[in-house]
Amino acid sequence: MIDIWSGLSQAFWLLVTLDADLVEITLRSLRVTMTALVIACAIALPLGAFLAVRRFRARRVTIAVLNALMGLPPVVVGLIVYVFFSRSGPFGVLGLLFTPTAMIIAQVIIITPLIASIAHQALRELWSDYHDLLISMNTTQRQRIQALLWDGRRALLTAALAGFGRAIGEVGAIMVVGGNIDHHTRVLTTAIALETGKGDFALALGLGFVLIFMAIAVNLAIHYISRTEQEGRW
Amino acid sequence: MKRIIISAIASLAMTGAALSDDMKLAVTTSFHNSGLADILLPQIKEDTGIEVQLLVVGTGQAIKLGEAGDVDAILVHSLKAEEKFLAGGFGTHRREIMYNDFVFIGPSTDEAKLADATSAADALRRIEAASAPFVSRGDDSGTHKKERSLWAAVDVEPAGDWYNAVGAGMGAALNTAAGMNAYIMSDRASWLNFGNKADLALVYAGDPALFNQYAFLPVNPQKHPHVKTDLAAELEAWLVSDVAKDLINGYKINGETLFVFNAE
Repeated sequence: MIDIWSGLSQAFWLLVTLDADLVEITLRSLRVTMTALVIACAIALPLGAFLAVRRFRARRVTIAVLNALMGLPPVVVGLIVYVFFSRSGPFGVLGLLFTPTAMIIAQVIIITPLIASIAHQALRELWSDYHDLLISMNTTQRQRIQALLWDGRRALLTAALAGFGRAIGEVGAIMVVGGNIDHHTRVLTTAIALETGKGDFALALGLGFVLIFMAIAVNLAIHYISRTEQEGRW
Repeated sequence: MKRIIISAIASLAMTGAALSDDMKLAVTTSFHNSGLADILLPQIKEDTGIEVQLLVVGTGQAIKLGEAGDVDAILVHSLKAEEKFLAGGFGTHRREIMYNDFVFIGPSTDEAKLADATSAADALRRIEAASAPFVSRGDDSGTHKKERSLWAAVDVEPAGDWYNAVGAGMGAALNTAAGMNAYIMSDRASWLNFGNKADLALVYAGDPALFNQYAFLPVNPQKHPHVKTDLAAELEAWLVSDVAKDLINGYKINGETLFVFNAE
């Protein structure tokens, strides 16, 4: 229990003094995860809407695979990305291994199925409400997807935040493809793993609390910007 | 949406841009945990302008990264694995830099009486005879290979409830040993820098069989033309210089010398 208290006080002092290393790795965590989130949303949200409005033969299989991929172990994703981007691998010439870009790629693979799955669940309900109207208006498929995405934006925000949560707390994949290089690819989660390995539980916990504060701050900021969870709106 | 995608691609492209004089060096966890890297790297940057990016992994993974050409050089401590690496043509040569030593850590009550051991082999026999809980790295690292070779030297195949192969790095294995109050073999540096000692204490050290030689192996540019051979050579020249010698020999934790410089 002493470790928890000294962790909290370490987190407090790291935050109050704006420790330079802490600011650096926190910003890198945010940059990697936010970039991955934007790319994953650009793929997953239209995919979720498409699965809701379009009936095709492989639809059920696609949905089952997406749901199964939600449980993909990050370290496996990390290894696959490593094998592809290793100098001996097919994309080795790009020299992307052990860069933030490789970490972003791994995180996109991890969170895209999660976001697509949640988005599909939410939009399917909406589609059953909108089905008759949109069909009777003789809309194109593109218009239907756009209508669903816009009117379902609150639920899609939840999908995006779930993806953010999984990406920001992820350590297995980015440890393998990023390499946890100081001042280059070290982020909050890999720093926590490193300090735990050194037996410095207080600092590791302190960084963990900083991670939790940051996740809360990001969630609040997004709710504030999109004006959800306010009186008279939902 | 288009704008979002474009800005995402742009930020991807920017993060891919590489810095100029940087090279990647795979080192073992035990070297990094010693804290010596924090002393050497700033001096290397000042003297040569090279920014050395450390990948802290086990010896097994370090060799793998070198074979795949994902790093420019490796600094490891497992002679057999290094010789295999060279025999496969993955490295140009092997340069010995320094050594430190392994120590036996155990519960301060020391049930197996390792403090009375006459050699490393005797220490292992005492642990086996007492069936005292023992934590092994079990991750194919240099430390793990060393431990296996010591067991082989006393003709014991360690197995049973008392032998716990955890498959983790030095720090994580020490955490496990602290939790179980078990015996463990650690490099001295990791032990001295370890923060969660709990009821553990150093119980045996000093046998020359426990010396641990670190060597620097540049990756072969004939296998991987993109490796920065010139930077690796420059780093090697610095590592065997007198500046490095003074820093390595002078590095102390709690007043104890950790490394002995022995490059020729």
